[in-house]
Amino acid sequence: MTGATLTPRPGAVVGRAPLGGWALADTRALIGRTLRRSLRTPDTLLMGIALPVIIMAMFVYVFGGAIDTGMAYVDYVVPGIVLLCAGYGASTTAVGVASDMTSGLMNRFRSLPMRPAAALTGHVVESMVRNAVSTVLVVLVAYAAGFRPVAGPGAWLATAALVGAYVLALTWIAVCMGIVASSPEAASAFSFAIMFLPYVSSAFVQPETMPRVLELVARYQPVTPVTDTVRAWLTGAGEARPWVALAWCAGLFLAARVGAVVLFRRRTR
Amino acid sequence: MAPMIATHGLHKRYGATHVLAGVDLAADDGTVLALLGPNGAGKTTLVNVLATLLRPDAGRALVGGYDVVREPQRARTVFSLTGQYAAVDDLLTGRENLRLMARLAHLPAATGRRRADELLDAFGLADAADRLVRTYSGGMRRRLDLAVSLLTRPRVIFLDEPTTGLDPRSRGDLWAVVRDVVAGGATVLLTTQYLEEADALADRVAVLDRGTVIAEGTAAELKRRVGPAHLELELADGSVRRLPTDGSVPDARRLLAEVEAAGLPVAHWRLATPTLDDVFLTLTGGAHGATAPALEEVPA
Repeated sequence: MTGATLTPRPGAVVGRAPLGGWALADTRALIGRTLRRSLRTPDTLLMGIALPVIIMAMFVYVFGGAIDTGMAYVDYVVPGIVLLCAGYGASTTAVGVASDMTSGLMNRFRSLPMRPAAALTGHVVESMVRNAVSTVLVVLVAYAAGFRPVAGPGAWLATAALVGAYVLALTWIAVCMGIVASSPEAASAFSFAIMFLPYVSSAFVQPETMPRVLELVARYQPVTPVTDTVRAWLTGAGEARPWVALAWCAGLFLAARVGAVVLFRRRTR
Repeated sequence: MAPMIATHGLHKRYGATHVLAGVDLAADDGTVLALLGPNGAGKTTLVNVLATLLRPDAGRALVGGYDVVREPQRARTVFSLTGQYAAVDDLLTGRENLRLMARLAHLPAATGRRRADELLDAFGLADAADRLVRTYSGGMRRRLDLAVSLLTRPRVIFLDEPTTGLDPRSRGDLWAVVRDVVAGGATVLLTTQYLEEADALADRVAVLDRGTVIAEGTAAELKRRVGPAHLELELADGSVRRLPTDGSVPDARRLLAEVEAAGLPVAHWRLATPTLDDVFLTLTGGAHGATAPALEEVPA
């Protein structure tokens, strides 16, 4: 142990603020961290792809023959599968946030002269990147299973933007769940709740085939307009309701974003 | 000279529980203050207030002259915190952890890289530097955690039960680090349940019980409050007798002569000085009476 290594500095000296300020530099450092973590836990990404693919196989090959949607079932169901994949992938962010909150790492961040909420942003950006990868892979698998979209480049771009907005909103909800969860295990329960949302929507069957109460739930929950819009843009079937879909995503995003700030402050007082 | 760490009348409540009930403390520059207390005494809460993680309900706390409530960002450039659980990222390597924390501590990039390498060497982690922390042993994680907290060469270091769960060798290593940083001029506030640890490291010891400081002073002062040393006699039948003594050679010789004259069958004897255990139990109303009358039998 060398004395010089451990000798304190005479005064509080920090580096000069970089271009864009410390907040941006902190956020970049923490995005780097979450992306590294992501690459080192490929099981999270694999699970995020395997699960939707298995569910797609079940619905296309097992139940699909018995479900009449007036079009090729694979074309009907793939938009829903894509959203299920995105939702599940976003929800796993809750586990990462909860593990930071409970492991002492968040306390270390908070004891540094940085903006600790930058750690949350790191998780959100990681979720966006991971879900972009898994969504593309799921669409490719769907193509192999017979999915034949008719969309042009514009519709594909619009779809990507809408799915991105959906993932962003769900990821921030997951961040809230991660902040309030007492443990990473508890936070993982959120994934299951999110997984079930698409079942009571237009993702797998048409809502009008459901009992009255469920039909109302399905019709007025956020997954339905997003699914309908993606389906209409990609396959030309049904009615696109982009403004309803976007309003849902924007509303959920804003509520969760504000919620995350409030919950984070309360939890870290 | 103003103390590096100072608290005045700190209060913190959680519902009906008064975790800190008016804590006054001070640690001078370049000294070690040990905060001794049982589980639930408020040690961690106090450290968390000083480390800007918790807002006190009342009172003031200053670290390096900065008020931790009003100027938390400035205070954070003075101190570092090593909590009870190693605050390192399992999915990063040791080197990546150090570099990340250096960036977040706003060290200049080149300094951060150099400090990371220096500390990996100093803490015997150079060979494991590029392995994921997930593969580290418990002792290695704690060493990395401590290395992270020394990145900025902080002037004040908070160590919250740093040796809990460490094997004796790792504990010795950590003690050596604490002595080194203090020799280098840092001020250390250390919480511990191990009285031996406070005795070995601290310039001053504050005993915390149910949210208040019930005694404060050097280890020697606290021990004097408990009472004198005594000769401990273990008799042939296994019973133990304790004789108060001032610890001087003539007094010991006199007592041993008395013992011999009384014809007591002594198997072993030793000079027992009060330990901080005695201090602690006496102050917190434990049953461990330290002033046994002469030749009174004490259960072994």
